[in-house]
Amino acid sequence: MRLKMDKRDGCLVVGLLGELDHHGATELRETVDAEIESAGPSCLVLDFSGVDFMDSSGFGFVMGRYKKMHRTGGAVTVRGARGHVKKMLELSGAGKYVTIE
Amino acid sequence: MKIVNEMRLTFLSKSSNESFARMTASAFVAQCDPTIDKLADIKTAVSEAVTNCIVHAYRGTTGKITMVIKLMADYRVVISIRDRGCGIPDVHQAMEPCYTSAPSEERSGMGFTVMETFMDKVTVRSKEGKGTSVTMVKRLIPTAAGGAK
Repeated sequence: MRLKMDKRDGCLVVGLLGELDHHGATELRETVDAEIESAGPSCLVLDFSGVDFMDSSGFGFVMGRYKKMHRTGGAVTVRGARGHVKKMLELSGAGKYVTIE
Repeated sequence: MKIVNEMRLTFLSKSSNESFARMTASAFVAQCDPTIDKLADIKTAVSEAVTNCIVHAYRGTTGKITMVIKLMADYRVVISIRDRGCGIPDVHQAMEPCYTSAPSEERSGMGFTVMETFMDKVTVRSKEGKGTSVTMVKRLIPTAAGGAK
């Protein structure tokens, strides 16, 4: 799992590349959380267009970031999920908490 | 029912083996010429079952996970994933959507729900202190060309 982080107008945009499973999510969580803590963005955009596999560990990752952002009143958007990854996000019911574009 | 082909793989409960297990399953099942969607379903279900072994069965330790895949003559794929870890005290509860024994670790509790959604049949056998075996069946529909979709 690789990632690309970018800050735009108070928003932290995280582009994810690769396969989001328990192994990948563990590595990712620390990096993204450290950036949220230091930058204090008002919104977090998770760009899933480069994710070609995701299992339920991916839900855990999205919901965990939602909880973190929610504490400071920030919002989370998941963008660009396609095919199987999109199907997984729909199954998770994450759409009740985060915006799925 | 006649078994057309069979494989067996044993590997350590390391999280880096999650992708190894699902890719191996996918490569083996590919000989049945399944649709991309069905292959993705199988990969996801395997990933969930293997993650459960790593996160729950062998929590804090490393043990062996065995995956057996049988391709049946009636176009069913039977995948069994077995560990010799701690076992599940209450299988019924463990299979409930959103139930997790590890909420502080961002486990969504959706592993078994995902397996049941993407596979046609999921059977779990577990004994505390002995281990757990998860058997999942996926039906691939035969095509006129002779392969399975």
